[in-house]
Amino acid sequence: MKTTSECGPVTRRQFLAAGVVGGAVLAAGCKPGRQSVWEFFTPEEARTLSTICDQIIPADDYPSASQAGVVTYIDRQLARFYRAHRDAYRIGLQNVQELSQRHFAQVLEALTAEKQLQAVLLMETEQAEFFEMVRKHTFEGFYGSPRHGGNRDAASWQMLGLSEPPLLGRAQYDLRERGGQ
Amino acid sequence: MKRVNAVVIGAGAAGGIVAKELACAGLSVVLLERGKWYTAADCRKDDLRNQRTTVLGNAFGPEEEGNPRVWLDADGHPHTALPNEGSYQNNAACVGGGTLSYGAQAWRYLPQDFRMRSTYGAPSGSSLEDWPITYDDLEPFYEKAEWEIGVSGDYSGTPFHGPRKRDLPMPPLPPGKEFSILEPAAKRLGLHPFHIPMARNSISYNGRGPCMRCRWCVGFACEVDAKNGSQNTVIPVALATGNCELRTECMVKEILSDEHGRARGVAYFDEKGRLQEQLADVVVVSGCAIESARLLLNSRSRLFPDGLGNRYDLVGRHLQGHHYTGAVGFFDFETYDDLGPGATIAVSDYNHGTPGLCGGGMLANEFIRLPIHMVDRMPPGTPRWGLGHKQAMRQWHKRSIVIMGPTQQIPTAEGRVTVDPGVKDKWGLPVARFEGNVHPHTFEIGDKQASRAEAWLKEAGAIHTSRMSSRPEQVSAGQHQAGTCRMGSDPHTSVVNRFCQVHDVDNLFVIDSSVHVTNGGFNPVLTIMAIAFYASDALVRTWRGTGLRS
Ligand SMILES: Cc1cc2nc3c(=O)[nH]c(=O)nc-3n(C[C@H](O)[C@H](O)[C@H](O)COP(=O)(O)OP(=O)(O)OC[C@H]3O[C@@H](n4cnc5c(N)ncnc54)[C@H](O)[C@@H]3O)c2cc1C
Ligand code: SF4
Repeated sequence: MKTTSECGPVTRRQFLAAGVVGGAVLAAGCKPGRQSVWEFFTPEEARTLSTICDQIIPADDYPSASQAGVVTYIDRQLARFYRAHRDAYRIGLQNVQELSQRHFAQVLEALTAEKQLQAVLLMETEQAEFFEMVRKHTFEGFYGSPRHGGNRDAASWQMLGLSEPPLLGRAQYDLRERGGQ
Repeated sequence: MKRVNAVVIGAGAAGGIVAKELACAGLSVVLLERGKWYTAADCRKDDLRNQRTTVLGNAFGPEEEGNPRVWLDADGHPHTALPNEGSYQNNAACVGGGTLSYGAQAWRYLPQDFRMRSTYGAPSGSSLEDWPITYDDLEPFYEKAEWEIGVSGDYSGTPFHGPRKRDLPMPPLPPGKEFSILEPAAKRLGLHPFHIPMARNSISYNGRGPCMRCRWCVGFACEVDAKNGSQNTVIPVALATGNCELRTECMVKEILSDEHGRARGVAYFDEKGRLQEQLADVVVVSGCAIESARLLLNSRSRLFPDGLGNRYDLVGRHLQGHHYTGAVGFFDFETYDDLGPGATIAVSDYNHGTPGLCGGGMLANEFIRLPIHMVDRMPPGTPRWGLGHKQAMRQWHKRSIVIMGPTQQIPTAEGRVTVDPGVKDKWGLPVARFEGNVHPHTFEIGDKQASRAEAWLKEAGAIHTSRMSSRPEQVSAGQHQAGTCRMGSDPHTSVVNRFCQVHDVDNLFVIDSSVHVTNGGFNPVLTIMAIAFYASDALVRTWRGTGLRS
């Protein structure tokens, strides 16, 4: 259950994005739009961010950032602990799209994987501050605790070979100490 | 509110001990704590929100909103600091204070740590000084702290410790993997490695069971209550006497004084935000170095226009903590066993005796690492992101060891806590503001320690190493904050006397990390606890019914 303190006010933008009218939207403060899985992002923003995050942590035999729920993590925090970064994301993601248009004449998501990488490398220098923030938040979402929406199924911990669920109790070392006796 | 014998401000390491000692001696005590009393059920092992990794805030206070601080950079420009930011210099705000979630390393300082000026002379521009008390004065109280709070460990491997009359009450936990890798390497270097003393049950002790060695120790509360803090030792004893009342979520606003210049009690905001007064014969400030100084500075009156105990502009000065330096080593074999608490092995060969350096510090392996800690701790040349970074995480997470330690900080009078003239907290009280830095000699010591850590890792077989040795822009006070109400015999150069009594207000005491003259090359809490037992003992001995014997 969410408490009221976890729910941000509905912004005008969310109001419009949710595409709902009348009384319904008031009740939607805590569970915005049946149409959107996002609390803060528009679907377009979420796609752009997902593309950037997947360059920071691409898929290999383990999930990519977005596959592990990193965009959900960031989205939730922008409605909670990271409220102060909302504008930075809104503007930053727009600027990334402008960068993509300027250099590749296409939206970021439409580029080939190779060009997406080039775009994110450009972003790293042209929008250094925003990139560093996204990088930091991506790592938090991927390597942090699953309860915040990222690290789905503890994917990163499994990747690192950490027991999940963790081994608790003294058996673990008592066995080692006494050679299994 | 009924008048009591003593009001103690802050239910942390020191405050809990003072409350217990006074209550057991028959004094009526009110213990006021601004934070909550958390239970094991509140302990969520959250990698992003705990008391050490505060990405999403502190788990055990203070709350993010309404509790800012300010720090001044080298050019004197003010910056706001929020509780989850390093520049805030947080410890904790809850019952138990730092000891609910600490790593629980429970060190005695060395005899030389109390005599730094006599041992080394004060580097110019520093305020390095001797304590007015010695290791020998504190020895019985170190022992009391070790037995009442409960410390496990084994000093037999090292000659570098002060004389002790009694062993620790508990043996160390069985050694982990890092211990078995680092111990022979240290011995090959001619060092004396040994088991870190820890306020943690290795066997059943004091009615609670032993540590189950989980991944989440430092920064977290213990689910099996095996970590010993004031909240599960002295505070329950204090309450059981029937003489002590603990009031949580009560923020002390100021210490009240009368027309004779004596303390008469405190004004505080209760859990509903109502302003209350608690009158008392004796007032004990135990809010930790930063908040204790702030409270004294905010307690202004006609007789004390600049704050209580601050006649000579000394409250808040000599702020210090520890400058942490060390190194990380990467190995071509697994070093990781996922057994908490993680930190197990230390050397104190380097605390003193290096020509040209005023002290040194203990070096130990780091507490268990969380994946999020490893992200920016990769061998030189590792890509900062992308597939290369992801694969490096996989390669190195279980093949690395961090060795680091608390470098003794050389204090200065300019490194200090003041109160900000403009910024206020949610109660409308002026907030703490930090100025200045440590003496630059601190960094020379820190660099040397980092290279020693690196050498130890190399000897243990590290194939890559990188040093961790930064140049912070402000005093690294934080969890190990100390020094703001210096103990001394001269009222012109110190705030409290050798019994933690404020020089010109005889029924006002500061008993916590604030009184440390210097902060040793070890984590400070056992010394804070020993001083709390020692000062309480003196207070009780001078107590005469409703006041102190003059
Ligand atoms: C994650 C972590 C790990 C640590 N690891 C170690 C370690 O391994 N070894 C070690 O030696 N030390 C360690 N420490 C540091 C140790 O916890 C502190 O040194 C110690 O708790 C300080 O004791 P204190 O009594 O001075 O203050 P605290 O324990 O901080 O207690 C002060 C209390 O006073 C309360 N307070 C302050 N102002 C007011 C007010 N105006 N009104 C009411 N209440 C107030 C605060 O809320 C707080 O609870 C660690 C700390 C943390 C947070
Ligand atoms: S490592 Fe041990 S003492 Fe620390 S939290 Fe886990 S069980 Fe408790």
